Amino acid sequence: MATEDLLPLAVAIPLLGSALLAVAGRRLPRLGCDVLATATAAAEVLCLAALWVRSPGIATARLGGWPDGLGIVLAADPVGAGCALLAAVLVLAALVYAWRYFDEPAGERAGIFPALLLLFEAGMVGFALTGDLFNAFVFFELMGAAAYALTGYRIEDPRPLQGALVFGIVTSFAAYCSLLGIGLLYARTGELNLARLGDRLAGHRTDTLTVVAFVLVATALLVKAAAVPFHFWLPDAHAVAPTPVCMLMSGVMVELGVYGTARLYWTVFAGPGGIPHEAFRSTFTAVGVLTALVGAVMCWQQRHLKRLLAFSTVGHVGLFLAGTAVLTPHGTAGTALYVAAHGLVKAALFGLTGVLLDRFGSVDEHGLYGRARGIRATGLLFAVGALALAGLPPFGTGLGKALVEEAAGHWQPWLPAVFVLVSAATGAAVLRAALRIFWGIGPEPQARPGEEEITGEGEEPELRSPERALPPTMLAVPGVLLVLGLVLGSLPSAATALARGAAVFTDPAAYRAAVVAGTTALPPAEEAGWTVPGVLLGLLSVGLAVLLALSAVLRRPEPRSRPRLAGRAVRGLRRLHSGHLGDYLAWLAVGIAVLCAAVAAQS
Amino acid sequence: MGVWPYLAAGWVLLVALYGLVTSRNLVHAIGCLAVAQSSTYLLLLAVGYRDGGTAPVYSDLVPGSRPVVDPVVQALALTDVVVGATVTALLLALTIQLRKRHRTVDPQALAGLKG
Repeated sequence: MATEDLLPLAVAIPLLGSALLAVAGRRLPRLGCDVLATATAAAEVLCLAALWVRSPGIATARLGGWPDGLGIVLAADPVGAGCALLAAVLVLAALVYAWRYFDEPAGERAGIFPALLLLFEAGMVGFALTGDLFNAFVFFELMGAAAYALTGYRIEDPRPLQGALVFGIVTSFAAYCSLLGIGLLYARTGELNLARLGDRLAGHRTDTLTVVAFVLVATALLVKAAAVPFHFWLPDAHAVAPTPVCMLMSGVMVELGVYGTARLYWTVFAGPGGIPHEAFRSTFTAVGVLTALVGAVMCWQQRHLKRLLAFSTVGHVGLFLAGTAVLTPHGTAGTALYVAAHGLVKAALFGLTGVLLDRFGSVDEHGLYGRARGIRATGLLFAVGALALAGLPPFGTGLGKALVEEAAGHWQPWLPAVFVLVSAATGAAVLRAALRIFWGIGPEPQARPGEEEITGEGEEPELRSPERALPPTMLAVPGVLLVLGLVLGSLPSAATALARGAAVFTDPAAYRAAVVAGTTALPPAEEAGWTVPGVLLGLLSVGLAVLLALSAVLRRPEPRSRPRLAGRAVRGLRRLHSGHLGDYLAWLAVGIAVLCAAVAAQS
Repeated sequence: MGVWPYLAAGWVLLVALYGLVTSRNLVHAIGCLAVAQSSTYLLLLAVGYRDGGTAPVYSDLVPGSRPVVDPVVQALALTDVVVGATVTALLLALTIQLRKRHRTVDPQALAGLKG
């Protein structure tokens, strides 16, 4: 089979599997559904792995056999194919994890959950592989619609419905904004193909229309990426979605927003007539740093474990945005590796949180204090995941972080400090929870009446019979994911392949040549691997995380005094996360206006 | 037509945003989302409009004899309608579940998630 046949196949496999499951699911026995879903997901992983291995440059496929310049083109470069592969691996992991997790009611709904997961996968893979702007919008909405349905899957409880509705309305509104931007770009250039769009824009000068179109298209991607102030939907949706869905949303869907932003900029707006590099670099670094800091502060405040992990994703996405905004191949290579390893580690952590939910019917750090002493293996994996999140060498998170820090430090010497602080704070929050829950270290946390927070107690357990033993896949899957995260950092070939991919990704001319002319000229790649400062920075993050976690756990609760300035600021920040749809959309409008003003002022 | 359709598209989007921000009823909010989407139809069709153009259907038209409006944006608008219908239906289904089980459709009454 030729490489270009693998591209449409990668989108078709999950779509077919999903349709089959939706139709045959109610007739098949439970085992049949599981086998069908797992086989589809495994086939998808194989397909994308073959694509990744066989295509060091950019593979393209013209859909429907339309001649040049008319039809839709799928284009896979190593970074895009890597994102798709990450999505496929995580979907397979989530499906295997969920094998016995939900004891679904049989009958009408049987097979719907895996069918939705596969539909979600088709949206993500298509979004990562498409070379057409409008097609990207359609896949974005497909991924969105599947994600809303999966978030609100447990309709018995009001909170999943609330989370899904807010998620759906905010993301869809942003998607329509981005469609307006696509319309404006089409009006200017008469093209929808990313590479041709970039070509045609070069004939115009940068004006208000370019800036507004760029910001509008980027809005949907930034909402998906949960950049501040577009991030409010994310913790609400993650706190209530079923655990396997959280694994996918935090592990790869949110990161696809970052990927989309970088792809859009490099292919369309990086050349003349687009957005100047300086303007993009400063604006998106500012957005990234703000997102990272807000995510880290909010993560530290949480006691609801899923919400804690969700805010840690917000913090890391900020780092990813800042990493891509450096606009160098090194920064992009580091970010790609960081994204992949973070996705694996975060999915593992969500999976382990699911074990707690399964065993104790709670995901509350305070309520679970010391109660999980009996499942030390889970606790050990959880603690390892926390350290990996902080960037422990030789995990892939550590290597990715080190590479980005090096690239960012060349541009702004203070940026590595943000990376160290944010990764340490998010890792520390997870470690703090692990120490309290699995080992019962330190005094028992006191109730904090009057605090604006959700506790994570009284969660609807996602199972019907708590007496049964823990399904073995629920521990095996997080373990395997952590090992994969470790392999990603310790195999030099992974980093080298991504460095080569990043060189292609950040070279719009190579993309244009592949998509428009069908020729592949590979730009020279540079080596990427561990360096001594990188290892030291990783160890620094981990050391800080351990110190922070221990000091938080061991501190005696003080008698309540009037909160100081910092405390009041944090409380104000928490109040902004009000859960109200109207507030979130108002913030979205503010974000669009500020981005427009910031980009316009610099271009 | 000049600049008016573009201004109208912007106006419709802002009206929808106002409705969404102040909404006290989820059905109303989802309606506002549909209004926001209509602004994209307006913009897309305005982009493809040609003065004196006719529909791009060549069954009774000699190619090149008359200007036609851009068929690409019409295809985009159609796809957009399909996408919008899916999302609206899904969100309304979630709202129905919310009403059935929790007797409310006021987004401001939902206070389970905060902080």
